Amino acid sequence: MSNPGFLDIISFGPDGWGHALAVGAWMTILIALAGFAIGSVIGTFGAWAKISGGRFVRMLADAYTTVLRGIPDLLVIYLFYFGGSAVVTAVGQFFGAEGFVSFPGFVAGALAVGVTSGAQQTEVFRGAFRAVHPGELEAATACGMGRVLKFRRITAPLTLRHALPGLGNVWQVVLKESALVSVTGVVELLRQAQIGAGSTSLPFDFYFIAAMIYLAISTVSGLFLNASERWFSRGVRRG
Amino acid sequence: MDIAFATETLVSLLSALPLTLELAVTAIALGAVLAVALALARLSGILVLNWFARLYVFVFRGTPLLVQIFLIYYGLSQFGAVRHSIFWPVLREPYWCAVLALLLNTAAYASEIIRGGLLSVPHGQVEAARACGMPRFMIFRRIVMPLAIRQALPGYGNEMIAMVKATSLASIITLMEITGVAAKIISETYRVIEVFVVAGAIYLAINFLLTRLIAFVEYQLSPHQRQPLPVSGRLKGETH
Repeated sequence: MSNPGFLDIISFGPDGWGHALAVGAWMTILIALAGFAIGSVIGTFGAWAKISGGRFVRMLADAYTTVLRGIPDLLVIYLFYFGGSAVVTAVGQFFGAEGFVSFPGFVAGALAVGVTSGAQQTEVFRGAFRAVHPGELEAATACGMGRVLKFRRITAPLTLRHALPGLGNVWQVVLKESALVSVTGVVELLRQAQIGAGSTSLPFDFYFIAAMIYLAISTVSGLFLNASERWFSRGVRRG
Repeated sequence: MDIAFATETLVSLLSALPLTLELAVTAIALGAVLAVALALARLSGILVLNWFARLYVFVFRGTPLLVQIFLIYYGLSQFGAVRHSIFWPVLREPYWCAVLALLLNTAAYASEIIRGGLLSVPHGQVEAARACGMPRFMIFRRIVMPLAIRQALPGYGNEMIAMVKATSLASIITLMEITGVAAKIISETYRVIEVFVVAGAIYLAINFLLTRLIAFVEYQLSPHQRQPLPVSGRLKGETH
């Protein structure tokens, strides 16, 4: 395949890269989803720590969000990738394995994306909780709801509704951040484009297609997020 | 943690600090010019300019920065016309490709921030300036721009911090700035934690100083929101 045209590249035929790029795009979405989910769990606990934690826990959560929002994401990915490999190698040597054992890039990437987006989601959830009217929480207590029931029926749904726009922004950031995971060798969209660029010497075509696919994913998820925002705010009266 | 190794790492990472700062400052400064132009295009009321700016912002905010860097650094060399043009000596250099990608990227985000600032200028202020007989450009220079900058500053500060962090991506196209040197040391020594802590501390320090600087400028630009200084001492001729 010396010089394929633009359409040959995106075709799904035997000589086309369409299939490979689609698989790469799917991988990108998986990394972003996994990272976002990990970040949601961290964000929930982080917000909880900041809102109702003791002094020490609050300080810890503050340090976490300050540090993670102040250092480059790429550095965090390196930390998890090389750090994970070091741990796995140490464990391997303990059990008698020899040489370097590499940590799966997908796990390292998802963890790194999760930890960085967790810092952002902590702030999103905290702000959203602040937006919940205290009267609504008081009313739940007055109805005799227990802590868990109150959280499940009142606090969580109301906080989520206020958090939705912020979470949408975090999702867009996570999606773009997932491109950095390509440095660990995971064959996601950007890495696949790199491979294609290398073997056809048509770098512009491949990176351009990758850019367009990213644009499509973020546009579609943006539409989806807008629709869900409208759906979950249907009980809100507009001024 | 090995203190001797950490110190050694700190020395090698600090030698890469100038490149990181240079990338960030160049990209932010040039990006700001483009951002103002884009914001004005959005608000110009000229359909073509407006839609061009919209499309620009949509594309650059919707795609990862790393893809933009690759597109410029690797992608442009695909075209013979580019390789034989007068721009080639510039586009061949990873440094200028990184600066170009960073500035194009930050301009998209910053133009939205500046547009918000421009829109926040109260109409009455412009009207008052017009009533004073100021010509259009003078109104922009003396009234609209200062007020807009004050409004946009907090958002712009966040964007500047994002840019400092984004310079780390330049390491992927072989530039040895802080993250590049850190990755090199990690892959040579496999001592992740020490290198990560030292490199992270440098970035945190830069961003901490940057936030302080922005807070200082913000304070300087909003004298009207400050408490008036308490008058101390007695007035002349006052008796008790």
